[in-house]
Amino acid sequence: MIPVVLALARRAIVGNLRRPQFLAPLVIFPTMFLAVNVGGLTSTTGLRGFPKVDGFLDFQLAGALTQSLLLGGVSTGIASALEIEGGFFDRLVASPIPRFAIVLGRLLAASLVAGIQVLFFLALGLAFGATIKGGVLGVLLILLIGMIAGIGFGAIGQAIALRAKNASTVQGIFPLVLVILFVSSAFFPRDLLSAPADSIARFNPLSYLADGLRDPIISTVSWQPVLEGLAAAVGISVVAMGLSVLALRGRLRDA
Amino acid sequence: MSTVGPTAEERHALGGFERADLRRQLAVVIALVRRALNEITRVPGASIPGVLAPTIFVIGLSSVFGQADQVPGFGAVDFKTFVVPVGFLQAAGFTGAATGVNLARDIEQGWFDRLLLCPAPRLTVLAGVVASAALRCLLPVSFLFAVAMTIGVDFPGIGGLLIALLLIMGLASAFACYAVTLALRFRTQQAAPLMQMGSFVGVLFTPAYVPKELLAGWLEAVATVNPVTQVLIGVRQSFVGETSWGETWPALLAVAGLILLFGAFAARGLRRYAS
Repeated sequence: MIPVVLALARRAIVGNLRRPQFLAPLVIFPTMFLAVNVGGLTSTTGLRGFPKVDGFLDFQLAGALTQSLLLGGVSTGIASALEIEGGFFDRLVASPIPRFAIVLGRLLAASLVAGIQVLFFLALGLAFGATIKGGVLGVLLILLIGMIAGIGFGAIGQAIALRAKNASTVQGIFPLVLVILFVSSAFFPRDLLSAPADSIARFNPLSYLADGLRDPIISTVSWQPVLEGLAAAVGISVVAMGLSVLALRGRLRDA
Repeated sequence: MSTVGPTAEERHALGGFERADLRRQLAVVIALVRRALNEITRVPGASIPGVLAPTIFVIGLSSVFGQADQVPGFGAVDFKTFVVPVGFLQAAGFTGAATGVNLARDIEQGWFDRLLLCPAPRLTVLAGVVASAALRCLLPVSFLFAVAMTIGVDFPGIGGLLIALLLIMGLASAFACYAVTLALRFRTQQAAPLMQMGSFVGVLFTPAYVPKELLAGWLEAVATVNPVTQVLIGVRQSFVGETSWGETWPALLAVAGLILLFGAFAARGLRRYAS
């Protein structure tokens, strides 16, 4: 099964590289949003209750990362839907390979793309004056959480694609991505969110994911937020992969 | 659409062919606008995200950054009132981009080529496509306005609201011209992110979240030269204070300039496409 997973992952990566216009929005939109947030709201770090940070950019990097990873999930979903629309998925199903490998191949590629996204935003932050207080260990932890989350978000996109079977429906979940992101602490400290977002954010796994990504940037590594972020990423991935496998079974039953 | 020429009485009454020609061209524009509006009712799934997105953005921003109005220098306005006009401008941006994407789809499917074979002036076809954006943007704007009133944003007054609507429709036309230029250049729906990016940059690289004095230096410099800043100030004035001619005319001028600029690009793009 491993060679099949690797081959499918390589195919997905090559496909991404050949159509960079699909990858570019994953970093361009979060980068622009990051620029606008930092440029417009930099004075909010002086508000009472705001954690001690060197600058608003340091705080916002985790928000941009989370947003980018979520968009990566949408992109994975669209790629899967295009494979279904184009008939490639049906040819894969008809071939003598484990069906779970079809799911895993695309998710491995999503995880690698997530790693690139993480490195891009960390490099961007460093270039514009952010500091990663957690050092090399911090970078590795951010990379780990990001790549696991990439699997989870990719699996959600894939599950939706397997159910919807067309790319435009997957594209339509974009507003939902914004909603989930806004009711988390990805962009602002949880204690400073307005009601009811502050209450919802406590139960939103994205809050823990973003806080886990943020901690190594704004402070030396504190294990509680990092482990919570890791647990959120693993939890999202396990549940989403389960949904993806169920969607695959449903699709095979229909076919 | 009738292709019968004007009667002798019409020619006499209207002073020649010009008014009859104008009427026929107007019929083409109306037909194209109706076609675009029909999409809303016949393919609602495609338009729902564009209708919801500005409202989600405003409510989300208010929930997340609501405490920003506590920053010294922000003024007496609450944050959600301050960002609702940004949502209106985003509605104009989303609609403009959607117009470009729809045109790219029509090009991909060959429908636009058939349209260009019609005996209608090409600028009329362009006008129809752009006018549809001006009208379609009223849907997300109305939805956001209703939600804004529900969550406690003050009514801006009839005069202020009409000025805001005029500016938003004008801006949607300008963004549509920009997106149409890209659609005619790339001829594929894959150019959609480029279309959305233009309006995103135009709308958010302004005093969108806080007054200009509180922006970081580089963003303040960008906002100062960005003409959409004037449009935002013109739309926002009646929500945060009194409507004044001093803040209205620069906004009208900015919208007119943007329409002329991007309209010229779109017209050139159409000429090149057709040739």
